[in-house]
Amino acid sequence: MTAAFDERAELLHGWGRTAPTHATVWRPRTSDDVRARMGEFGMRGVVARGLGRSYGDAAQNAGGHVVLGTALDHVLELDLDKGTVTCEAGTSLDVLMRLLIPLGWFPTVIPGTRYVTVGGGIAADIHGKYREGSFADFVDRCTLVTPDGEVRTISAETDPSLFWATAGGMGLTGIVTDATLRLHHIETARITVDTERCVDVDDCMTRMLDGDSAYRYSVAWIDCLARGRHLGRSILERGNHTTVAELPAGSDAPLHYAPSRNIPAPPWAPTQLLNPLSVAAFNELWFRKAPRCERGAIHTIEGFFHPLDAILGWNRMYGARGFVQYQFVVPYGEEAVLRAVLEKLAAARTASFVAVLKRFESSNDGMLSFPMPGWTLAVDVSAARHGLAEMLDELDRMVVDVGGRVYLAKDSRVAPDLFTAMYPRLDEWRAVQASLDPHGRMQSDLARRLGITDRAPRAEPRKRTRRKHA
Amino acid sequence: MRDALGDVQSVLVLGGRSELALATVQALVARRTRRVVLAVRDVDAAATDVEQLRERGATVDAVEFDALDTRRHGAFVKRVWGEHGDFDLVLVAFGVLGDQERALHDAAHALEVVRANFTGAVSVLVPIAARMREQGHGTIAVLSSIAALRPRRANFVYGSSKAGLDAFANGLADELAGSGVHVMVVRPGFVHTRMTEGMDAAPFSTTPDVVAAQIVAGIAAQRTVVWAPPILRFVAPVLQLLPRAVWRRMPR
Repeated sequence: MTAAFDERAELLHGWGRTAPTHATVWRPRTSDDVRARMGEFGMRGVVARGLGRSYGDAAQNAGGHVVLGTALDHVLELDLDKGTVTCEAGTSLDVLMRLLIPLGWFPTVIPGTRYVTVGGGIAADIHGKYREGSFADFVDRCTLVTPDGEVRTISAETDPSLFWATAGGMGLTGIVTDATLRLHHIETARITVDTERCVDVDDCMTRMLDGDSAYRYSVAWIDCLARGRHLGRSILERGNHTTVAELPAGSDAPLHYAPSRNIPAPPWAPTQLLNPLSVAAFNELWFRKAPRCERGAIHTIEGFFHPLDAILGWNRMYGARGFVQYQFVVPYGEEAVLRAVLEKLAAARTASFVAVLKRFESSNDGMLSFPMPGWTLAVDVSAARHGLAEMLDELDRMVVDVGGRVYLAKDSRVAPDLFTAMYPRLDEWRAVQASLDPHGRMQSDLARRLGITDRAPRAEPRKRTRRKHA
Repeated sequence: MRDALGDVQSVLVLGGRSELALATVQALVARRTRRVVLAVRDVDAAATDVEQLRERGATVDAVEFDALDTRRHGAFVKRVWGEHGDFDLVLVAFGVLGDQERALHDAAHALEVVRANFTGAVSVLVPIAARMREQGHGTIAVLSSIAALRPRRANFVYGSSKAGLDAFANGLADELAGSGVHVMVVRPGFVHTRMTEGMDAAPFSTTPDVVAAQIVAGIAAQRTVVWAPPILRFVAPVLQLLPRAVWRRMPR
């Protein structure tokens, strides 16, 4: 390798700040750089990384290369008539939203933070409060640099298997360098929000099933420390894009969107800030401050979608050991499992901010995509918690038993055999991936940990017991 | 790969018949560990240990390794990595207690203790550290001893060899800081094992399972020093402060 590459050795971890590993991080300046170098990475392979919002080890590659794509952040084409935008894969949703919202367009699917890149959105097939599809459903096409350095334009229509192996494929089919997204038209930069308090989890689920159809976005914030008859007490927030007609008279600049630049969490913030007592107090306060029932409140986009983005680096508050975000989905009809999981979390007094409960109404053809029709719950837990590994293993088994799964973009600890059981189309994905990457150039810590790219179901190797190491 | 909660998937044990090491590996296999390589002096003698671990669901291989045969350590490390790939944990557990009385008039015996516990460990840790640095992740756990802290009249030949190893491992930990590789020095007190059979137990004596649990917890918390039992962390500094005249008269 020549000195021309802008690269250096770095210790990388995910948003949960657990299990850091060491890799050579390269910052390409153009997509052509990526194409030119793609076939040349060594034995330990390569994976792309964006803004590092995957909670676990998806965008790490111990001992190998990590392509940090954040310099590939140019918006290439904007079609205001069709409502599509083509941008480089390192473009963040923050940048896109600042550009698009004032023009009356909105990314159809946005997750709970706008600090994710388009490339990462495709790799994890991310989702949000929108129930009727995930990120990849609104990707018209994307450019994929395959592990051999070939540049291919792929879409769900022209290359369904390649496209749906890449969408949700955790970056293991190559490096996406740009994509075209289908946008949603909006009249204002506001969300009209209805808020209700739900006394328990059953109340919450009933309200969601009964009323969600009237809203484009829906989310319930659950107090995971509430037990007994309060189990799953929650705040249900649902909203639609505000129309101009709904705005108070005299409102000017309906499409004005300027979320404040964030305040970083102060470096002196005590790292043990989050303990069962402080979190219980926080959750109590947060529950009480929510209106019992409020209709038609007009919120900003950032207030509704991205409350946590207001504090940059909030992930540091879990201390040196970091934290795990446990997110799973169970199909409709398996509400009992959701309830049982909440009971276990509550009984364990797991220190966590509120958990997030959302619904999916569909799944797509992504072979490793997470969404499926059902309920999805996400909860943060400090990694230092004693007995957490065993408890989460138990929850995994409950989830997998009813055909549910955990989300790879959040995962940092699921057992490999359970992962295999959770993703029934894994073999199909492996076949596509193997044909694309015969030399095994695409690698990540996540892939190694779960054996995602393992070529054949690994038979128990009958190794010789005795071998002389001379 | 080591996961977010500290569970490891692959383990290389040097001194694979050590009871402390086997107790540790059993605890790990009960969690996520599925690939185990036991490096032992006598492969045949390890057959039962291998079988026991296999019954618990791990893929286990026993390979020959002689701590004293330092010339071959480089080739050994190269070969183990070549055949088995990355290791999330390397446990350096070999060592001999030796016979203090004998060592005092038989220099060859004293040297054997030092070569097994110190020279041999340094010799194999150098290429291991290089491999671990290349793979960019993993833990090297080195079994030291509370005896490394202050030479005791009753076993200072052993103690001095462990002191050397302890110092080397501590230095290695700093050298590898930031490389993704974590080095952990394990300092057990008196542990009831074959090695200490027939000896009078010292205060705060413990069992291999307790040491194993501390090692497993230490990997998860990425500690640099682990005591077993944990209370030794507070006892050891007191022992170091004892007046020399008193220390010299300590039994055993």
